[in-house]
Amino acid sequence: MVCFAATLFLWLVGTLRFLFPNVTNRRSGRFLAGPLTEFPPGAVDDRYQKEHRVWIIHGEYNGQPQLYALRSVCTHLGCTPIWMPGDEQFKCPCHGSGFHKDGVNFEGPAPRPLERVAIRLTADQQLEIDTDKIFHRERGEWDNPESFVVPS
Amino acid sequence: MPKLLDKIRESQLFKSIFRHPAPTDRRNRIAVVLTNFFLHVHPVSIKKHVLKPGFTWYMGGITLVLFMIEIVTGVLLMFYYRPTVDAAYGDMLAMRDVMPLGALREMHRWAAHAAVICVMLHMYRVFLTGSYKPPREFNWCVGVMLLVLMLLLSFTGYLLPWDQLALWAVTVGSNMARATPLVGAEGPGSQLLTVGGIDMITSSSDARYVLLGEQVVGGNALLRFYVLHCVALPLAAGLLVMIHLWRIRKDGGVSGPK
Repeated sequence: MVCFAATLFLWLVGTLRFLFPNVTNRRSGRFLAGPLTEFPPGAVDDRYQKEHRVWIIHGEYNGQPQLYALRSVCTHLGCTPIWMPGDEQFKCPCHGSGFHKDGVNFEGPAPRPLERVAIRLTADQQLEIDTDKIFHRERGEWDNPESFVVPS
Repeated sequence: MPKLLDKIRESQLFKSIFRHPAPTDRRNRIAVVLTNFFLHVHPVSIKKHVLKPGFTWYMGGITLVLFMIEIVTGVLLMFYYRPTVDAAYGDMLAMRDVMPLGALREMHRWAAHAAVICVMLHMYRVFLTGSYKPPREFNWCVGVMLLVLMLLLSFTGYLLPWDQLALWAVTVGSNMARATPLVGAEGPGSQLLTVGGIDMITSSSDARYVLLGEQVVGGNALLRFYVLHCVALPLAAGLLVMIHLWRIRKDGGVSGPK
């Protein structure tokens, strides 16, 4: 009886482990977005939204001008929000979540702000974005200098 | 002609397949039904009220027939569908023209919708006729498990056309899985499963990840949902249907007024 139970338990554990693949095929999230000059102050750039699911925004946060990249994934259930230039807000078409230009949620079912991804300036003044590194405001990670670029 | 039929009936080949010839009286009828693999799912005799449409609405039987239609149409569709990101949508569209019966995909989908409706009506009928009362409580529980399997079959099948509707429905549905208590990365209690300082439940090792096979709804998710939809869930549902019917027989047939 003990042997049977032990065998069954081992089989269950083995099956559960089997469902986690050892390797997945995923492209690196790092890409060059272009020179700093292509992102003027105030711009919400969506040229990489289709391929990489990010907006590159030259806005303001904590009183200082910042360049940051927000993931265009609604923090409610994963739909793609829409930038509305007239109202200066991101609105999610699925369930109506609303986010300010800096990504902070202000209405709807979204429980937390949009996520930032790593952004840095290369040696030749190009913006490099890495969508594999994610920063959550609610964990205080937006203070991490890897999550924004200060335009000089 | 009758002589030929007699000759066939008395041949060794016929007798080895059919142990009893076609019934001519009640005793033979019982013998034929009881010794036949397919027929003995029925009892030898049933109460008259069971056949009244106003009593059962025939919903249990209709659901079972729809399930069998789904299996047959589903298997046929599998000859023309490849569950890969590159081929799924194209194969689905091509079905209309490539398959000799172009409406087979529609039939599969309509039968699925009808099955869900009939399952709900069956559940409603069982409740109204009090057929969940002792000794049939366990069968009601088996029925609820079957309901969950039906809904999961619908959910997994929904992804397979790989169109926009499918992708976003599964994105939203699987994102709900990450809010599960304990085993969801964004759910309450996910920090409790920490072993030696290492977080066991992260966004790449939670219930949502197991469902999708990766972090996003992509090729891995499509393949997993295909296997679940075509093999795992139908096997589980088939097993539970067998238990469900067994329990009806052992509890004395379809319930009736006392």
